[in-house]
Amino acid sequence: MMDTAELLKIYNRHRGNAIVVPGRGGKHWVDISDKRNRDVELGDPAMGGHASFAMGLALALPKEKIVLFDSDGDIQMGMGILATIAEQQPKNFYHFMLDNEVYATTGGQPVPNAKTIKYHDVARACGYTRTYAYDNLETFSINVERILSEPGPVFVALKVNPDIENKPIGTRVKWRKRSQVQVVQDLQKELGIA
Amino acid sequence: MSDAQKAALSPEVVLAEMKKNGVTHVVWLPDSETNWLFLLMKAEPSLTLVGVNREGLAFSAASGIAAGGKVPLILIQNTGLMESGDSMRGWAIGMNVPVVLMVGYRGYTRHGVNTDTAATYTERFLNAFGINYYQVEDGADAGRISIAFEEARKTKRPVAVLVADEYHGFN
Repeated sequence: MMDTAELLKIYNRHRGNAIVVPGRGGKHWVDISDKRNRDVELGDPAMGGHASFAMGLALALPKEKIVLFDSDGDIQMGMGILATIAEQQPKNFYHFMLDNEVYATTGGQPVPNAKTIKYHDVARACGYTRTYAYDNLETFSINVERILSEPGPVFVALKVNPDIENKPIGTRVKWRKRSQVQVVQDLQKELGIA
Repeated sequence: MSDAQKAALSPEVVLAEMKKNGVTHVVWLPDSETNWLFLLMKAEPSLTLVGVNREGLAFSAASGIAAGGKVPLILIQNTGLMESGDSMRGWAIGMNVPVVLMVGYRGYTRHGVNTDTAATYTERFLNAFGINYYQVEDGADAGRISIAFEEARKTKRPVAVLVADEYHGFN
């Protein structure tokens, strides 16, 4: 199991100019990133949609590298999108998945069959030609640069420690400083498509 | 050609409306009303077809496409629309996505009594989310598709076009 913040710091060394959709890693990513106008931290607009959103970005922006940090709970809710992504074959899409085996934001209840399911095998069976799985920072650190140099779509399953939250939603510290609409507007301005 | 066939909303007209409004990506899940439209869209080089397998995914995908500066259209059936409620709320309404939903209005009839609950709840569902909609039954209604696009751009919200089953002419 890896620490999500440390994992993201390792990825950030190799980010280049990628557009990053940090998903549920967003609360760590906003303090790590130094290209905030190329970050698309959305919180949780509706569970299960991060992969399809990021795929849409990748299809709309084929010259940009799109990196997503998805989650196991989100993937299970919309697993069919793996087939769509594999069919579309976006060469610029890098699909990382943070697998903490639980629904961390609702108190840490288990994701179905969390310890058994092999997400990278599911992705491969759906048609991703390059899939990987890591459960420690050392091997992830050794391989991440190579993975990012390969054409997408790439799927990388990452075992991470859960950041379980038990406080009522209204009492939690808000880590997002920009609204979802503002995030998209900042990205579009950055890309000159506003 | 019968008067009914002349009046039907042809897939060619629908495709022309998409092109007129700059649609670049059609995010869709097949329904029984749109097969001929599918064949035309597939042959249209300016369109990318993005097939999904659950309608809720269409809203998040369309949100990403719009964020990237392109113009998505969502093409689904009313049954799938109702499955998509939370995704429509969070990914389309919540993110101010100006997207048109072309919705196959399964079960619609203007004759006698409706017997399909898919039709019973369609407009109630859209009303619950505050989504405006335009019903299209035949070729004379085709201009309403452009009205929906214009409204979506102006309001930065989803707007629906209900393609009424009896008159669509897609099958």
